[in-house]
Amino acid sequence: MADMIDVAALFVRFGSTQAVKGISFRVAPGENFGLVGESGSGKSTVLRALSGLNADWTGHMAIAGTPLTPRRSRDFYRRVQMVFQDPYGSLHPRQTVDRLLSEPLLVHRMDNIETRIRRGLAEVALPDSMRFRYPHQLSGGQRQRVAIARALMSEPDVVLLDEPTSALDVSVQAEVLNLLADLQQARRLTYVLVSHNLAVVGHLCQRIGVMQGGELVETLTAEDLRAGRVKHPHTAALRELSVELEEPEGAHDPGLASGR
Amino acid sequence: MLVEIENLRVQFPTATGMSEAVRNVSLTLGQEKLGIVGESGSGKSLTARSIMRLLPSNARITADRLQFDGIDLLTADEPALRRIRGRRAGLIMQDPKYSLNPVMTAGAQIAEAWRVHRGGSRKVAAQAAIDLLAQVQIRDPARVAGSYPHELSGGMGQRVMIAMMLAPDPELLIADEPTSALDASVQAEILRLIEDLVSRRGMGLLLISHDLPLVSHFCDRVAVMYAGRIVEELPAGELTRATHPYTRGLLECLPTLSHPQRRLKVMQRDPSWLI
Repeated sequence: MADMIDVAALFVRFGSTQAVKGISFRVAPGENFGLVGESGSGKSTVLRALSGLNADWTGHMAIAGTPLTPRRSRDFYRRVQMVFQDPYGSLHPRQTVDRLLSEPLLVHRMDNIETRIRRGLAEVALPDSMRFRYPHQLSGGQRQRVAIARALMSEPDVVLLDEPTSALDVSVQAEVLNLLADLQQARRLTYVLVSHNLAVVGHLCQRIGVMQGGELVETLTAEDLRAGRVKHPHTAALRELSVELEEPEGAHDPGLASGR
Repeated sequence: MLVEIENLRVQFPTATGMSEAVRNVSLTLGQEKLGIVGESGSGKSLTARSIMRLLPSNARITADRLQFDGIDLLTADEPALRRIRGRRAGLIMQDPKYSLNPVMTAGAQIAEAWRVHRGGSRKVAAQAAIDLLAQVQIRDPARVAGSYPHELSGGMGQRVMIAMMLAPDPELLIADEPTSALDASVQAEILRLIEDLVSRRGMGLLLISHDLPLVSHFCDRVAVMYAGRIVEELPAGELTRATHPYTRGLLECLPTLSHPQRRLKVMQRDPSWLI
């Protein structure tokens, strides 16, 4: 099957800083690909170049076989959508949920706006009563559901997720991650998930790319990551820390807090 | 006891009557590390800030007892509170980006805290600032002292915040989600640093977080808050034996690398937890 996303030798530079140093990966249709790394590793920069938010890149990127240029077509923006970390910052504070959801439909000249909005809300398990509320009247989890519903309004093939649950409580994170998994099944979506949380990426993604200093140092399956079959020392370090801290103290603790 | 709280209530007036944000919370803290864990809106930050009387002006606060080292905080006047705030009880907040002054160098801010609480000449304070930066394990303290907050990484900024809190040598440290804005590896480093400083200086620590497994590694005791109440309190090493369904839910809804699940467990909230 042809790749849904093909990135080859992508470079992104900010002034004199080379933020992304020639990275390559492919994502099959319906696959979830995760990018992990610490802040400054360039993972979000890759996502922003892919989504068209940063036109200043060199290399090759293609969605469903169509090469991407710095300037994108309207159809590209319909097929590729993005969900951001902080739903407070990404939803217009003076627009109701109804308006937020109808905007992508108007931009892409889609029909049946009424039905699509109702269906969109139902899909992310928000009651109809939320439709005429403003973002500040919603909880963080509800807001992120609205952001996901808005991303899905234009019926995209690819959804780029930039730390979609890091601003949420852990109980809400579980709900949103389950929702993302359900939506992907129902709609055959392709996800690229960027996160610094290895456990979140390992839960949702089949394959994971580990970034460090603008380079993709290792690409491995989630299964290999869980089993500890890692090659690069940075992957090993990230994994070790994640495994140590995810267990509560006393579970089978090797004594993380040194000096005790 | 450093902190004694008995039946603390914090209420806010709303259009439909008083809304109860903290309901009958009791806890004591000595020279130990206590974690308060709960989700947003559970009242954990309000409980901690009550100790410094740093609540929004419309908050109504009542308690049978609210004491810091024997001082009654409910009747204390502003000068008395000011002798506690910063000097005897330090507060570290979540995001150094917003809590540091963007137009002052890190060194100048630490030196300012030093002089406010301890007096002394500018020269002494500037040297003290560099010493404090070295104590929070910054390798090149002189360079960091001369840097502005935007030139520092998140982890470095949080170290500067901690150095500033240490200047007056407080007895209690309140850390309100001190690492939520940081990377996992930096998070562990900062928490280890806080734990180490608190243990070495014999301080009390109140660590507020939403991450229960994480907190358990750095505290002696953990109190779990839900909807304004402490629903369960237990030694950090016995979290796996938690009995309250909310505590269990918090532990089980996290994705982990070691125990993969096809679907994450979702918290089923029981209305009886509110009573």
